[in-house]
Amino acid sequence: MKEIVVISGKGGTGKTSITAALASLAQQSCVVVDCDVDAADMHLLLQPDFAHKEDFYSGQVAKIDEMLCRNCGRCADVCRFDAIGFKEGHYVIDELLCEGCGYCARVCRPSAIEMRERLVGAWYTSKTKYGSDMVHAKLSIGAENSGKLVAKVKKEGKAMALAQHKSLMIVDGSPGIGCPVVSSLSGANFVLLVTEPTLSGLHDLKRVYEVVKRFRIKAGCIINKSDLNATVCAQIEEFLEEEAILHVKNIPYTKAFSHAMIQGQTVSEYSDPELKRLLEESFETIKQTLGV
Amino acid sequence: MKIAIASGKGGTGKTTLSTNLAMFLGESESVVLVDLDVEEPNSHLFLKSELLRKEDKMKMIPRWESGSCTLCNECVELCNFHALICLGNEILIFPNLCHSCYACSELCPTHSLPMEAQKMGELSHFLAHPIEFVEGRLNIGEEQAVSLIAQTKKYVEKHFYDETITLYDSPPGTSCPVIESIKDADFVILVTEPTPFGLHDLTLAVETTRALGKKFGVVINRYGMGDDAVETYCQNENIAILAKIPHLLEIAQCYSAGKLIYPEVDSFKQALEEIATFIKTLSQEEVVQ
Ligand code: SF4
Ligand code: SF4
Ligand code: SF4
Ligand code: SF4
Repeated sequence: MKEIVVISGKGGTGKTSITAALASLAQQSCVVVDCDVDAADMHLLLQPDFAHKEDFYSGQVAKIDEMLCRNCGRCADVCRFDAIGFKEGHYVIDELLCEGCGYCARVCRPSAIEMRERLVGAWYTSKTKYGSDMVHAKLSIGAENSGKLVAKVKKEGKAMALAQHKSLMIVDGSPGIGCPVVSSLSGANFVLLVTEPTLSGLHDLKRVYEVVKRFRIKAGCIINKSDLNATVCAQIEEFLEEEAILHVKNIPYTKAFSHAMIQGQTVSEYSDPELKRLLEESFETIKQTLGV
Repeated sequence: MKIAIASGKGGTGKTTLSTNLAMFLGESESVVLVDLDVEEPNSHLFLKSELLRKEDKMKMIPRWESGSCTLCNECVELCNFHALICLGNEILIFPNLCHSCYACSELCPTHSLPMEAQKMGELSHFLAHPIEFVEGRLNIGEEQAVSLIAQTKKYVEKHFYDETITLYDSPPGTSCPVIESIKDADFVILVTEPTPFGLHDLTLAVETTRALGKKFGVVINRYGMGDDAVETYCQNENIAILAKIPHLLEIAQCYSAGKLIYPEVDSFKQALEEIATFIKTLSQEEVVQ
């Protein structure tokens, strides 16, 4: 089983649309994983059935038992995150601010503070409209540590792909260059970088490639909206050559991406033969590189 | 007045709006633009700026003093983030995992873990005539974005007067860093685009903004590219649409070259005027209150 992770560093490059297109080309030979847990969108194109849901807990959050509390204020003194305030005669904890360090609970003499598991989101296993399996998740508002939820989603996807002897796992990676994207890259056999020829696209591509390099994963790049700016496009191509990143394909600017999205379709099922061909060729190139 | 410019997700045009709106408002008001997308600050790409000041931003992490340590193991047990381990006769510290809670340091019976500053990122203050521009930038691999966002905001509060219009370019998403960047804003502008992705991300952003009890309005970017579901949603939810920025190739081309858009594209400038008018009514409301 080979694992392809699609990332972009920057949002809005068409990463999710392209990932969904690859998933629709792979049909049932793959398991699809959406690691963009902060703002998961792929379900809008692949229409999974949300068949199975599990809550995800990570880290802790402090809770004061008012019956035991003697209002001494020691907890508020030690909390470095301003999470404990005094309201209407009681010490109260703001769950959005609490980092779960547990310091307050250790200094409370009457043991009035309990550390509880924090519910940070939920993950799902589904069947997509192609009949392939999909693992995806939703992070609760204000939750952090999406890296752990990403790792969980990936682990479940991998177990599923191995159990069903699938040849591929296609992952919509997390945005950015932080902890979540690191989690979404771990264990990958191929990273597909989706970028666009804008100054910030190039800038973010370079930054996110720094992260990819550390993992020593084979990388390829699709330049989407390639005809938007010839100068920047050439700069990106130069960068790919310097870094020996496989230049998979240029995809010209087309309205088909948004039109397909509005109809809840992937761009490879949407009737634009030219675009479809470009995506099929991209998929072939990637498969050849991976030897699947 | 503090205005946060946010969006459920990256790529909706948040930075385009922030930079252009800041420069446009700057023609008649005192404005500071603050890039709080500390993991990937991009505003600087669109502004010609001159560096006024640069500061290292630090976070506090414990340093182990072997001489006084009795290897009682208490610190290892109490760190909730597993940032300390005991290996043989040594206590090892993993700075990336440390949340700077001070628990180990202050509870160590022999005071063998004093807290020390370590660089986590940089803050830069620029003049981007006529506005000023402040950027927080996290070191690659560093995870405590929230702390750097808080420190960047603190710097701005210290160096600028209240009557200055502060525009925060917020990080994408709905997690902790976004909350930190909008929690003390007087108003939040949510940027979206008229597609199913745009609508889906907008609903998450609205949920977050409402959970924080903030006043907010929506700017629809790339208007005309998709369907009218975003508009219908805003009407049903009673959300003000502050402006619609048309979907034009010209705008995308200006953006791709790192240029400001309103000096070149009239319809874009009109949209900024509508937003500026709205912001002025907001600040008058403030005076009345
Ligand atoms: S330390 Fe314990 S007893 Fe004191 S105010 Fe906090 S919760 Fe109450
Ligand atoms: S667990 Fe830590 S962050 Fe949360 S309230 Fe207690 S001291 Fe503050
Ligand atoms: S708590 Fe202090 S004395 Fe005990 S092992 Fe840690 S550093 Fe050493
Ligand atoms: S300061 Fe807090 S998070 Fe950091 S090592 Fe000590 S106990 Fe752990």
